[in-house]
Amino acid sequence: VKVALFATCLVDTMVPQVARATALLLERLGHEVVVPPGQSCCGQMHVNTGYRREAVPIVANHVRAFAGAEAIVSPSGSCVASIHHQQADVARRAGEHALAEEAAALAERTHELSQFLVDVLGVTDVGAYYPHRVTYHPTCHSLRLLRVGDRPLQLLRAVRGLTLVELPAADQCCGFGGTFAVKNAETSTAMLTDKMANVLSTGAEVCTAGDASCLMHIGGGLSRLRSGTRTVHLAEILASTEDAVSPQQSTKPAMSR
Amino acid sequence: MTAVFLGIPTAPRGVGHLRGDQSFPDAARESLRDGQLRANLGHATSTIRAKRAAVVGEVPDWAQLREAGRAIKAATMARLDEHLIALEEQVTARGGTVHWARDATEANEIVTRLVQATGTDEVVKVKSMATQEIGLNEALEAAGIAAHETDLAELIVQLGDDKPSHILVPAIHKNRAEIREIFLRTMPGVDPALTDEPRRLAMAARAHLRERFLRARVAISGANFAVAETGTLAVVESEGNGRMCLTLPQTLITVMGIEKLVPTWRDLEVFLQLLPRSSTGERMNPYTSLWAGVTPGDGPQEFHLVLIDNGRTAVLADEVGREALHCIRCSACLNVCPVYERAGGHAYGSVYPGPIGAVLSPQLTGVEDNASLPYASSLCGACYDACPVAIDIPSILVHLRGEHVEAQTRTSPEAAAFRALSKVMSNPRLWRLAQRAAGLGRFLARGRPTLPAALPPPASKWTRTRDLPTPPAKTFTQQWAEEHGR
Repeated sequence: VKVALFATCLVDTMVPQVARATALLLERLGHEVVVPPGQSCCGQMHVNTGYRREAVPIVANHVRAFAGAEAIVSPSGSCVASIHHQQADVARRAGEHALAEEAAALAERTHELSQFLVDVLGVTDVGAYYPHRVTYHPTCHSLRLLRVGDRPLQLLRAVRGLTLVELPAADQCCGFGGTFAVKNAETSTAMLTDKMANVLSTGAEVCTAGDASCLMHIGGGLSRLRSGTRTVHLAEILASTEDAVSPQQSTKPAMSR
Repeated sequence: MTAVFLGIPTAPRGVGHLRGDQSFPDAARESLRDGQLRANLGHATSTIRAKRAAVVGEVPDWAQLREAGRAIKAATMARLDEHLIALEEQVTARGGTVHWARDATEANEIVTRLVQATGTDEVVKVKSMATQEIGLNEALEAAGIAAHETDLAELIVQLGDDKPSHILVPAIHKNRAEIREIFLRTMPGVDPALTDEPRRLAMAARAHLRERFLRARVAISGANFAVAETGTLAVVESEGNGRMCLTLPQTLITVMGIEKLVPTWRDLEVFLQLLPRSSTGERMNPYTSLWAGVTPGDGPQEFHLVLIDNGRTAVLADEVGREALHCIRCSACLNVCPVYERAGGHAYGSVYPGPIGAVLSPQLTGVEDNASLPYASSLCGACYDACPVAIDIPSILVHLRGEHVEAQTRTSPEAAAFRALSKVMSNPRLWRLAQRAAGLGRFLARGRPTLPAALPPPASKWTRTRDLPTPPAKTFTQQWAEEHGR
């Protein structure tokens, strides 16, 4: 399959290793990866903060950037959920019906990474090796908007060397919520504290998830506490092999080429 | 004279309890510091969450029931005017009197007048959100009428001179030691040896209330449902105190929001299954009282139904937001909400707290009067999953944020930033430049993996409690383009 990779604005700008890992993983599985250069953002932050009119040109850019792509994959549950549930709506509300149609059509070809691997490619064992104790946080939009279910866990269970430990109260939000994290910083932090307590109670070295944004939140809190537990995106774990895996993977991707 | 349409009226200011004195973030900042509150709420919501999950999980056709509930509500709202007229006809035909109140002020006036006409100066009350919403107790008090709350939790709140913080369990923020203290301090003739054993506390309340039930000539209730085709009112409760109020006094006054009706008797079948499992986590609630008009020689001989709008028609006019009117006040969304669990109900400022309150209160009052509430959610979606009538609360929250932003006439710094970012993110060339500028942030880190914690506002809102990673020297798309020769 020729896969167009949507890195997302946050991953592209702040944690490029997550997009790189996604590309490496897909290539290792025998697929051609392209990175459309016109891509920026899905528009979710604008829509969810109330700037739905201002989101329309961002949606238009996204649709332009990925026009003609047969399959689009993104390492972010919430961005894919926004593409599926919000893009066409905000376009339609602004009277941009042609754009809404295009966005809806594009959404049908857009997949969250774990769903693409398990449902479209039909693989759960991606040949990864990751010798660490890992706990998985099912991010809210992956869980409740995309219904990724246990797909990420199926993928993690097939990783050699990985010890998977269950996260207590896993389905509770970490408190990120986009601009919620700053508009309601105190409540967000209270939610984060409970999430971190649960993560730390597992004794895991690594907390993983399918959303770089939630991981930046959880990881930002764990780092502030000087805890030894770090956050690593699911794509980075799945991209790791015996030849390229490192305990420092959270900040330095092992798989450079 | 020409008429100018000024929009459908919302709930008036200065009466009732739909608006707080503080914004949600400010109120939450205070309540988050209350360790006792956090412990009480954490304990209570996790207990009730587990109970609900168990009894919902055992119903094989829960998804279909939920869809039936949603569909009945949607169909009812589409022809609400017709159903209301039918309800009035049926209630009247069965010996009741129907009163129409445009808003809280009118409703309070109507009820006060009705109570005064009986010549009494005290009433007993069934737990009711509608009367809390309109501030009826305060209105009655101003007219020299004492209103006694008879629901145990509502009584605790009233005796403690407190405010309700939950739709179903108004005193959820209090633990039994605090309740014992309130009873000892405020209940006339209470046994000074009262312990905090739940049974002893309930017995003290029972003795206190029994006297009032036997004395009262007027009762005031809300309603969970009204059946348009039969004129039947329904109150669903756990304690039986509602049943006492609904049957013992001579006069019964029921105050009900216009959205609470269902068209047919058969519709109750769906909601009487959805409601108890979602609210108290019980298969069936202990008491369901149903009555239509008056029955000679049995129960209240005078029955008044006060139908209140108080902003509901304005909610109905919003094609996205109107779904909030489907709410059956089960409070399942509060119990699963991570924001509610930590900030507590008082932080919402309105009698309707939690996720449903965050979409209902701003619509009843107009968004600008409760502008912080639509933002009081991380949009995690747990509320939508738990809602027995499938109200898409996260989508309504996002919609109301849009309404708020679009209602501004002046450009805030936030709006200016979002508008600029929209221009940048819709133009790949500008976006690459902006990403490069963001990458310069790495110089602030001076080689460390995270940025300094002391960043200026608004970044400080993040960095006060969380580290920010140092931006990389090159973005992914930049690296990729270089490696792939573009």
